Amino acid sequence: MAFNYDKYLRLEKMPTLWCWGCGDGVILKAFVRAIEKMGVNQDDVCVVSGIGCSGRFSSYVDFNTVHTTHGRTVAYATGIKLARPDKLVICVAGDGDALAIGGNHTIHGCRRNIDLTMIIINNFIYGLTNSQTSPTTPKGMWTVSQKAGNIDPTFDTCNLAIAAGASFVARETMLEPKKLEKILVKAMEHKGFSMMEVLSNCHINLGRKNKMMSAMANLEWIDSITVSKKKYDVMTEDEQLNLLPLGILKQDLEADEYCEMYAEIQKVHQGQRAKITQDDFAKKI
Amino acid sequence: MATREVISTGNELAAIAAVDAGCKFFGGYPLTPSSEVMHVSSDLLPKIGGVAIQMEDEIAGICCVIGAAMAGDRALTATSGPGVSLKAENLGLAQMAEVPLVLVNVMRGGPSTGLPTRVSQGDVLQAKNPSHGDYKSITLCAGSLAECYTETVRAFNLADRFMQPVIVLLDETIGHMHGKADIPTVEEVKAGIVPRKTFDGPAEEYFPYECGPTEPAVLNPMFEGYRYHFTGLHHDKNGFPTEEIETCRKLIQRLEDKVAMHEDEVESYEEFMMDDADVMLIAYGSVSLAAKETIRHLRKEGIKAGLFRPITLWPSPAAKIKEYTDKIKNVLVVELNIGQYHSEVQRAAARLDIDGLFKVNGRALSPHEISAKVKELY
Repeated sequence: MAFNYDKYLRLEKMPTLWCWGCGDGVILKAFVRAIEKMGVNQDDVCVVSGIGCSGRFSSYVDFNTVHTTHGRTVAYATGIKLARPDKLVICVAGDGDALAIGGNHTIHGCRRNIDLTMIIINNFIYGLTNSQTSPTTPKGMWTVSQKAGNIDPTFDTCNLAIAAGASFVARETMLEPKKLEKILVKAMEHKGFSMMEVLSNCHINLGRKNKMMSAMANLEWIDSITVSKKKYDVMTEDEQLNLLPLGILKQDLEADEYCEMYAEIQKVHQGQRAKITQDDFAKKI
Repeated sequence: MATREVISTGNELAAIAAVDAGCKFFGGYPLTPSSEVMHVSSDLLPKIGGVAIQMEDEIAGICCVIGAAMAGDRALTATSGPGVSLKAENLGLAQMAEVPLVLVNVMRGGPSTGLPTRVSQGDVLQAKNPSHGDYKSITLCAGSLAECYTETVRAFNLADRFMQPVIVLLDETIGHMHGKADIPTVEEVKAGIVPRKTFDGPAEEYFPYECGPTEPAVLNPMFEGYRYHFTGLHHDKNGFPTEEIETCRKLIQRLEDKVAMHEDEVESYEEFMMDDADVMLIAYGSVSLAAKETIRHLRKEGIKAGLFRPITLWPSPAAKIKEYTDKIKNVLVVELNIGQYHSEVQRAAARLDIDGLFKVNGRALSPHEISAKVKELY
């Protein structure tokens, strides 16, 4: 039986503002299916988005939803989660939102390992505002703010999240929505900060000037720059050079989750346990 | 009113007041001279099952507070002028989405890094319009140690009444002042708590932003079966983005009018020896303490001076100021900035001959300085 999305969508908001052929809708559908699979009550879910095309994500899905200022999803979500630790809180942000203006909150969310899932929809460009360079725009591509060709080096979202301390880090593309759905379930079920990078297309504002005029051409390019982690791991450094690995790149089930740790702080202040010291942690520095 | 005697500092009293007023969440970033509000919150809140978190920057500090308030908690942040500058955009979101919170600003010298450990009242105009766009700020200013407590309590009730941020202005002098204060008992404070309105009808009949033209939004806590949308964009009765002309106009007009049409609920001021005064000083915050001392001296010398002290700075008690300035010729505004409230007094009085004594070197105004100025002018 075909999946019925109606329950989870704000149908009166359809059609979306997203361009024809945009990957955001595919990701939204995979997300909704993942929620259904988890069997969570809609009232117990909060979706927090930022600014950009991805910012509209929150207004289309029927949960408790917050459309924040540019880049601040993780900061807002941290307050919501700490206030209601038993709820499922998900951030949806774009590459510019999460890695440029909101970079600081992204890395500190990872560092705290607070139980949020952050979905970064990476389309390699500022799409909504017409093709400005983002922190993931490949060098040499045309952008409206660097018409002579982009010279800015790129962030690797997943490596950044791993280095910053996120306990679950994965990358997928919107090319394989079934796989994306499964991995989203794992990301959301993981206790700790889950970074879920999803590569998506923007044939309108990235492709148009970079020889990827159609959605398909843009998607073929995404396909050409990605490879499964399994294959990636056995490649030489030269072979890995222009490829991004897909799949779960890190999953640490032992890492301390922030809300749980804060509950220990509360216990200290309520006289239920001794003060927290360095001896409570395996890693001392 | 039942009171208790405490020995404390202004910053500490603000944090204690927040907890007594039912605050469950503190989010912020260290900033002199306000940091003690965070320090005390981080001791008190976990004790009652609340949370105090030091975030990665000032922006995150206000964002997590807004998030916690959206979830339904009373929430507090504290900072100083540079921090308010950084928080400004998100204070705007809280105005637009009508999220109640309290921000304590312990003023230091500005602009920029300014004089971090020195007193100033340079953030008075910033408090009126920290963010871009149109909305009506509520700003309270404590003029004593006890008021650091009582005004913070009042700020929480006003935030929930008007569904918006309320700024409590302290200054370095009063924030770090250490002494005795008579403050209401916890029972007294708890009895006075007026929580935000909520809707308890069927979810399909709930429209959070559908309210009278002078009333605030009715925002239920998250996760309680009323799913709606928060946004900083212009929005409709459900909170969803819209560009519909009348909806946009009405929304912004309502943000103004929900406070402007109920100023009597916000207004607060003190009249000190004003009954027979023919010289009126206007001062607020720590400066008002020096002004009162000045007036006592002046009266001994036969000069009939009095003090009008606005406690709610924004919206200003304009009608009361006009009433006094219509009958008293000699009016001197005394403040630690170059006339930020002086311009408001001139506006309220519709007079351009209001005098000013301004000081911006990071040092407090002494009674001698104020007294000398009064004698020089009148």
